Amino acid sequence: MTRFGKTWLGIAATTATLAIGGGQAFAQQKELVFGFQCDRTGPTATVGVNLCPGYHDYIALVNSKGGVEGFKIKVIEVDNEYKVPPAIEAHERFKKEGAVIEGLFGTPQTAALNKKLEEDKMVGTAPGFGTSNAADGKRFPFTFPIAASYWSQAGGAIQFAKDKLGGNLKGKKIAYLFYDNPAGKEPMPILEDLAKQEGFELRTFAVPAPGIEMGSQVLDITTRYKPDFIVMHLFGRAPSVAIKELKGKGYPLSKVVGFVWASAEADIVAAGGMGVAEGYNGIQFAGLGKDYQVLKDIEAMYKAQGKPVPKEMDSTAYYNRGVFIAAIHVEAVRNAIKAKGGAAPTSEDVKGGMESVKNFTLGGLVPPMQLSPEDHEGGGWVQIWTVKGGKLVKATEWFQGFRPVIQKQLAADASKS
Amino acid sequence: MFHRESGVFKTTYAADMALYPLPIAKWTVAVLAVLFVVVVPLAFHEYYLSILNLIFIAIVGALGLNILVGYTGQISLGHGAFMSVGAYTAANLAVRLDLPFWLTLPAGGLMAAAIGALVGIPSLRIKGLYLAIATLAGQLIIEWTINHVPAISGGAQASIQVERPSLFGISFNTQTHLYYFLLFFAVLAIVATLNLMRSRIGRAFIAVRDQDIAAEIIGIDIFRYKLLAFAISSFYAGVCGVLYTYYLGIANYEQFQLGVSIDYLAMIIIGGLGSVLGSIFGAVFVTLLPIVIRLLMENIGSLFFSDQELASVVSGLRLAAFGGLIIFFLIVEPEGLNRLWRNIRSYFRVWPFSY
Repeated sequence: MTRFGKTWLGIAATTATLAIGGGQAFAQQKELVFGFQCDRTGPTATVGVNLCPGYHDYIALVNSKGGVEGFKIKVIEVDNEYKVPPAIEAHERFKKEGAVIEGLFGTPQTAALNKKLEEDKMVGTAPGFGTSNAADGKRFPFTFPIAASYWSQAGGAIQFAKDKLGGNLKGKKIAYLFYDNPAGKEPMPILEDLAKQEGFELRTFAVPAPGIEMGSQVLDITTRYKPDFIVMHLFGRAPSVAIKELKGKGYPLSKVVGFVWASAEADIVAAGGMGVAEGYNGIQFAGLGKDYQVLKDIEAMYKAQGKPVPKEMDSTAYYNRGVFIAAIHVEAVRNAIKAKGGAAPTSEDVKGGMESVKNFTLGGLVPPMQLSPEDHEGGGWVQIWTVKGGKLVKATEWFQGFRPVIQKQLAADASKS
Repeated sequence: MFHRESGVFKTTYAADMALYPLPIAKWTVAVLAVLFVVVVPLAFHEYYLSILNLIFIAIVGALGLNILVGYTGQISLGHGAFMSVGAYTAANLAVRLDLPFWLTLPAGGLMAAAIGALVGIPSLRIKGLYLAIATLAGQLIIEWTINHVPAISGGAQASIQVERPSLFGISFNTQTHLYYFLLFFAVLAIVATLNLMRSRIGRAFIAVRDQDIAAEIIGIDIFRYKLLAFAISSFYAGVCGVLYTYYLGIANYEQFQLGVSIDYLAMIIIGGLGSVLGSIFGAVFVTLLPIVIRLLMENIGSLFFSDQELASVVSGLRLAAFGGLIIFFLIVEPEGLNRLWRNIRSYFRVWPFSY
């Protein structure tokens, strides 16, 4: 407790070291910087390890073809470990390096950065993360979900259930099995609205964190409630546990549909393989499988470099989402450059570029989104893929489930604040 | 100006307890004040200020936990939850009653202190690992409550947006503004802790830590001081949560989950239990180390790996290096960075002699 003053020397010394370590030379001519947050470590690492390489590979592909409108792209990736302080640090770093667009990663991280994005006029994309009301471009001008929000996914799930159950939900019973956190509870208002509108009975079953123990909920669902359809919204290890438990209780998996973070190959493999999960349905915001020209181009790029094709490409749900995010980033920046007549865009210009992304489908990997200054979600398109004969096959084309209900909810939410 | 003492010449208690035992200490404080108030904000890019801002917030939280764990010897795994109590109290007051930050900040702290004292009640009966589990329960109960009571959490998304703090019509909305805002509270927390620990209360905390039965025999009210330690510690945590809320512009309980409690415990153990300087070192170390490792890897890693490999290697290596360095420092000096710093300092003080 003596020499209180000495206290600060440590901080000063470390700051000085950091300044030396961090001062890199960058920004050559005709180069644009993209910031990308990722989580290759941390609780959701199963997503990041496959998604992030997809992002990098698409950017590398664009660069190998001469860049976007003559600009090379430099990606700065920061692993935020699904923690908030590193996400803030990452955002400030991207800002310092002059990034024109930023990929966010994680729901709490998106919530924490929403305001900063607006203050710093930095475009941030949060596909599958953040809150559903961020679709409203008037309220969150610089946050772009660019993919179906949980509200839209709920709409899509119920639409799918309706089609599967013969086009009428009157008197049917639907169970909603969800991870007990804010993201898990988010779709509830939509489900409740739809229950009223479509006349089905809804019961919710919460799974507490970390979501690997749900025997009682599944027993409750399968033996007491006996629903006609199950909608599940789980994360991490939880989806595979749910699939295994439901299968064990003999519930037909063809009457189960999982939200986007419960519908990757990794979840199904962890549940015991494709054979176990036969019939299981998953919602996607980017196309699955390898049957897209862009993925073939990436493979060709690797082969041309004499390198093996990365194994991450086999986990197509996450890898394709990485490609999807990168593709939208590049497309937004391309629009911005065109709008400026070939000059380097600022992140504010990229906002305009993002809002004019239309009819950009990348051979079906990306839904037919229509982004606009009002709609940063692009319409909430989803696709459903089903496990069939040992692999995932497309069950529906791109569709929007109950769009008017979601729009009503968005308007109601906007009027509350 | 650079002379040091040549022995112990203190003849009064007042001299022994002085904050500035030597003139040089006063000068160092003055120099550091100039450095942090004038030089740093002018010389460094906002990016570095943003890192300092995170460190300032962490310092407040680490100091609070150190009062409880380091000084009073009561373990707590609920620090993150106390932060969320402060955060939601302030956010609700700021949004519903439109109160300014200088009211919501102490209110958040006081609410956290009240909840903290409540969670601390088991400490009167149980110690050590058992208390750790009891406070862990506190953490989980608070998390659950916030998640399930819309009146607190503000709806299904459990996040409440708040406006930037403002004073005299100036809104603290850039990193530089927030730097001064957070620096002020970090310094306040440091000075308050230093003074708390040389007061009657601080000495009572230390007595309770060293041997609580002995402390009771010499007339320290264990009941009162244990709960007081929990309350004061939680007050710091609450303030830390409020600062976080204003810094981010949002209160969200997912930012204060169990992992955060563990992070803060790591900070004070690495920094040094039972020392103010140690809390600061710990906060700096835990916040900065991942960033420094990553910058190093990005700069030298390209010598060994291709760009695509690098991205996946950096993340893994960073975690390994982080864990390895923590183990290294704890083996070199189990009493933390603070002790390491003291050893270095005393070595150079008598240099070139060995004592």
